[in-house]
Amino acid sequence: MKAIKSIITNKYFLGLVLILLICLVPVFITSKYLMHIFILMLIWSIAALALNLIMGYTGQANLAHGGFFGIGAYATALLMLKLGFGFWPALIIAAIITSIIGFLIGLPTLRTKGSYFAIGTLCFNVIVFIAAERWESLTGGARGVIGIPQPAPISFLGVTFTFSSLAGMFYLCFFLFLITLIIKYRIVHSLVGRSLIAVRENEDLTSSIGLDTMRTKIISFVTSVFLASLAGSLYAVYIGFLDPEIASHHVTFEVLLFVVLGGIGTISGPIVGTIIVTLLGEILHFLDAYRLVAYGLVLVLVIIFMPQGIVGGIRALRQRMGERNS
Amino acid sequence: MLEVRNLSKFFGGLRAVNDLSFRIEKGEILSIIGPNGSGKSTVFNLITGFYEPTYGQVLYTGEDITGLKPHVIARKGIARTFQHTTIYLQNTVQGNLVIAHRLRTKSGIFGAILRTARSRRDEKICLEKADEVAELIGLYGKRFLPASVLSQEEQKRLAIGIAMATDPQLLLLDEPMGGVTDREMGPLVKLIQKINEQGVTIGLIEHKMGVVMSISNRVVVLNYGQKIAEGIPAEVSKSKEVIEAYLGEDYHA
Amino acid sequence: MDLLFQQTLNGIMVGSVYALVALGLTLEYGILNIPNFAHGVLYTLGAYLTFLTVTALGYNYWVAIGCAMLALAIMGIIIDRLVFHPLVNAPHLNSFIAAIGLIYIFKAGMLIIWGPDFKRFPPINEEVINFLGATITTQRIIIVVVTALLIVLLNLFIKKTMAGMSIEALAQDREGALLAGINVKKVETIVFAVGSAMAAVAAALISPIFLVYNTMGDAVILKAFVIIILGGMGSIPGAVIGGYIIGLVESLGGAYLSTDYNEIVAFAILIGVLAVKPTGLFGTRSH
Repeated sequence: MKAIKSIITNKYFLGLVLILLICLVPVFITSKYLMHIFILMLIWSIAALALNLIMGYTGQANLAHGGFFGIGAYATALLMLKLGFGFWPALIIAAIITSIIGFLIGLPTLRTKGSYFAIGTLCFNVIVFIAAERWESLTGGARGVIGIPQPAPISFLGVTFTFSSLAGMFYLCFFLFLITLIIKYRIVHSLVGRSLIAVRENEDLTSSIGLDTMRTKIISFVTSVFLASLAGSLYAVYIGFLDPEIASHHVTFEVLLFVVLGGIGTISGPIVGTIIVTLLGEILHFLDAYRLVAYGLVLVLVIIFMPQGIVGGIRALRQRMGERNS
Repeated sequence: MLEVRNLSKFFGGLRAVNDLSFRIEKGEILSIIGPNGSGKSTVFNLITGFYEPTYGQVLYTGEDITGLKPHVIARKGIARTFQHTTIYLQNTVQGNLVIAHRLRTKSGIFGAILRTARSRRDEKICLEKADEVAELIGLYGKRFLPASVLSQEEQKRLAIGIAMATDPQLLLLDEPMGGVTDREMGPLVKLIQKINEQGVTIGLIEHKMGVVMSISNRVVVLNYGQKIAEGIPAEVSKSKEVIEAYLGEDYHA
Repeated sequence: MDLLFQQTLNGIMVGSVYALVALGLTLEYGILNIPNFAHGVLYTLGAYLTFLTVTALGYNYWVAIGCAMLALAIMGIIIDRLVFHPLVNAPHLNSFIAAIGLIYIFKAGMLIIWGPDFKRFPPINEEVINFLGATITTQRIIIVVVTALLIVLLNLFIKKTMAGMSIEALAQDREGALLAGINVKKVETIVFAVGSAMAAVAAALISPIFLVYNTMGDAVILKAFVIIILGGMGSIPGAVIGGYIIGLVESLGGAYLSTDYNEIVAFAILIGVLAVKPTGLFGTRSH
């Protein structure tokens, strides 16, 4: 009996059960609308996890996230449409391109701190947006890019996976979501993760113990950008068309909302935030602009009264309860 | 081991450090003393790369380290503490010490993502070092506590521990006794001596004269950024210039 | 040659607007250490309120501006009290995030009230004047003149009034000012009131020419930040000179290089400057 109990409460077992349950979603959910929501949640969760790496764990206020998401999306679309690449090569190449751009932007901007870094990255975001809007020959300008092909079916171990159905897309997004989660988890729980947090907590002390803070920040930034590009790629092939809006600061602000609400500096926080905001956004969709007022209110209230977000807040509560009991 | 040559740091018109030269010999405990504002912390900042000198050089085991970045200097084996106790408050004692040993490990982000054997080995090494240092500074039993709940004196010990976890050959301590009660001083002094006995050269900035006189091999006295005396404690305490510099200063003996 | 002159005048006009917005921002960020990213939506609100007062309430343009200034001064004080003041001791990032929240609230709010379409003022000051070969409307002259006037007034305010001198004292030596007993809360109130009012004027001046619309504050606020980072946190001359320089660079760049990308000139300059000097052109602190 005790053995069974210890297996059930083991977090790896629970994780596995959760993954299996999620895999069964497309089997049991028949509503196309719900599937659409789930797929979007997966895509935005990847973007949120990515942002949290540089903002939550390394403490740098990156406001260019939407720009990199957009670069990833456009790069994937153009590689597939104009150069005939398949999805998987396009995914990787787009991520590499975006990472290189991220590296080049990170170099000058990460030398600054706090609000200067926020403004600098936001400026870059706007530059990307305007480029997407005006560089007609490359991006199709305000009309955007249409007709992005879906990923071709792949054969693996004798089984053929097609991605033309919602279920197929779901599994594709879930697969990349899991990869992102594993990458994030491994980084955070390693010496590298400790370095990121050290930079966040006290840069001078971190320098004095022999860690190159600039290098640490760049590594975190580029990784974050790489993951953002993955999310962008998924968005491109799922939605099938792009317009400059997906590279705008609106994307940045929305992902920021997911992360702040869910919990900066936690792993599950961004996921929780994405789920809540996406669900509420859909439920309250008819309220349109009022919905945005609600977003703003949530952001202001959370950052003033509960800056650790939902997950952070629950954790702090549990800690305090634990202290009271012991 | 460490040589400072004609070191100068001017902040606009203010000469914080002016044409300063002295050495720290291997294995000794050298104290730097002087009235408030005489430039002592600035000297540490210059040596450890937090400030760039206006003139002069810093040489470490013969190598010119002038103007190198702080993390590079730490890797070369010079560790320091800060005047205001600087530790990672949100982290546990063990966490503080683990990250302080990171500089001696090589695994990077790919190692972390793929959980390579090397990255796991590095983690183990850092953990072992952390426990070893925790033992040294007497916080082994408290190593899982967050640093924020430690007492003032324990936090000072942790700061020294962080510096020691980097495996330094030269340890620069900036006012380790600051804000410590007379009763707590004894164990702290013993810790510094123990570290020195283990072979670590120590540079010490301190105001508590009793400590300075009792544990230092040699003393350098600064006033207005310049050296006004240098020698063994007994000589320096009798020097006319030193007494004049401190005239009116209430010092703890 | 005519084009050069015309564009220079244009640049001075646009520069005036940037200068006014940057002035408010530099006071708030440089002196109070509050990165008020929401300054831009207050600017937009100022334009809408002026428009409302003129069209719906039928008041004179100048009276409308006065009303908008008052309303915005109050609004500025409110958001300071409710949002920024509680976050004064938190990391700067939090104030930034809060400002983003405010931007959501205000922009959506204005969208609900006034809708997404562009609002056009009734003809104001549209007499055309021939000035040294260039044709400009009187409104454009008014913009420059009023801005100059406000800058002079602001300077007098800072140098000659108790309130203004407290602001300057706080800017020059924060600790000394606090020790001398300067009431920081009062200074905060004044700075936000004055800063927001000036944003209102800037918006009200430019709207008859460029119309009123929901996103008009977006580019302006970002450029204002660029200006104060380049011109120096808390520096009034920096904000003014920076404002005019950016205005001129944009107009002339747009005329001679390309209209597509003249907007991003300011942003690219910022990234370039930060690459070389992370603390800004005149800064010793980097926030």
